[in-house]
Amino acid sequence: MSTPMVGWKDLPMAAVPFLSAKEYPTGEWAVFQPKIDESKCVKCGLCWMYCPDSVYRWDGESVPVPDLDHCKGCGICATECPTKAIEMVRI
Amino acid sequence: MVVQKSVSQTMMALNGDEAVAWAVKQSNVDVVAAYPITPQTIIVERISEFVHNGEVDMEFIRVESEHSALSASWGAALAGARAFTATAANGLALMWEILYITASTRTPVVMAVVNRALSAPINIHNDHSDSMGARDSGWIQIYSEDAQEAYDNTIMAFRIAEEAMLPVMITLDGFTISHTLQNVSVLPDEVVSNFVGVRKVPRIKLPHIYGEKEIPLMLNPKYPISFGPLDLFDYYFEHKVQQNEAMKASVPVIEKVHREFTEISGRSYEPVHMIPYKTEDADVVLLGLSSTMSVVRKVVDELRSEGKKVGAIRLRVFRPFPADIIRKELSKVSTVGILDRSLSFGAEGGPVFMEVRSALYSSSSKPTVYDYIYGLGGRDLPPKLIKKAFNELIEAREEPEKPVIKYLGVRE
Repeated sequence: MSTPMVGWKDLPMAAVPFLSAKEYPTGEWAVFQPKIDESKCVKCGLCWMYCPDSVYRWDGESVPVPDLDHCKGCGICATECPTKAIEMVRI
Repeated sequence: MVVQKSVSQTMMALNGDEAVAWAVKQSNVDVVAAYPITPQTIIVERISEFVHNGEVDMEFIRVESEHSALSASWGAALAGARAFTATAANGLALMWEILYITASTRTPVVMAVVNRALSAPINIHNDHSDSMGARDSGWIQIYSEDAQEAYDNTIMAFRIAEEAMLPVMITLDGFTISHTLQNVSVLPDEVVSNFVGVRKVPRIKLPHIYGEKEIPLMLNPKYPISFGPLDLFDYYFEHKVQQNEAMKASVPVIEKVHREFTEISGRSYEPVHMIPYKTEDADVVLLGLSSTMSVVRKVVDELRSEGKKVGAIRLRVFRPFPADIIRKELSKVSTVGILDRSLSFGAEGGPVFMEVRSALYSSSSKPTVYDYIYGLGGRDLPPKLIKKAFNELIEAREEPEKPVIKYLGVRE
């Protein structure tokens, strides 16, 4: 955090840090991240459903799109994809 | 418990579990998430009946484990709901991770813990090893002596939790209270409803995101915030100190809510954190928790009739621990026996003993403190054993004995 360090008396209650989870680019931790072959994708939504970090954005019809800023690269989506449309690529 | 006056209340035959369920029914609870099978008790069985019969406007979530039960309650409370769950023994042990998370994120969940022994061997009967194991998890802990108090404590717990912004665990002894029928004075629905009100979510400032605007401390898509994400060596320590200070700050809240409850119910638990019995001139005092203490008071009466100056203290609020109050109450007592219904393996004595003796170390009078570990796995503590403990303590006044840690009612 780049903001001045405050003491416990001035911290907001409840282990709420200054930033929302959106502002923490946890995708920086990844070694591998998913690459989707759109020609193989059957738009079943399993990647969207299984992702433990809710990385996939999906409108229910199109090819799901991962938010790579928050993908830690666990590879569950690639494992679950029934058509092997997701490849984990070293970044 | 002292009854001062009475509003119109209904006398019902309820066991301790049902008393808690009735309190939940009347307390405008939004969400109950619970694991429905062993070691679960009748508490959530009754609540699910209330929901099924349409008697309450409440979401009842049946989950696959106690870990999920507390997770769901926590999530509901973070979203602004008034949430309740109940468990016992190994169920509480399975909640372990979420106990700390609920407290650290200052989430006012209320949980009833029916005190039952932890495995192994499998037991099911009463001792305090479950909630005593959770004593450092950041939850306020209030121990009930009977079904009436379990009812009262549950209602008060919602107010205490929401004003102190800390989760509250109320306990009742397994079987001795939970499955024993008792006359319970039940307040009218609207009196309880007015007392607990609708949950108010506090507002906080997060200047770096929302400037000077105060936003509700909850999961709210309008003002998204994160609860408990990464906090390394930069802020974790500060958050923990803040949490510990919140525990201390809950003391006056607990007292205030008790006094307001007395006004609506006529039932008083003064002086709230512990209740002394015939201690004014006592030389020897037994201090313990929950249902056992009603038997101890009876033994005190018997020994008093024999001219022995004995007394008893029932500790109600174990967290935050009322060290100052205990020190003051025991300042004129020479010998104290602690009744510990759980073990802290490898420690010098049981959890209550360690807390009380530690509090007394800074007392100028420094009474001698003995520990009696008793009742593990539901083992009975008959009056004759309590009498034996009192007589030992009286003799120890003349000639201090060793060891200071003893087992009461175990075969050698």
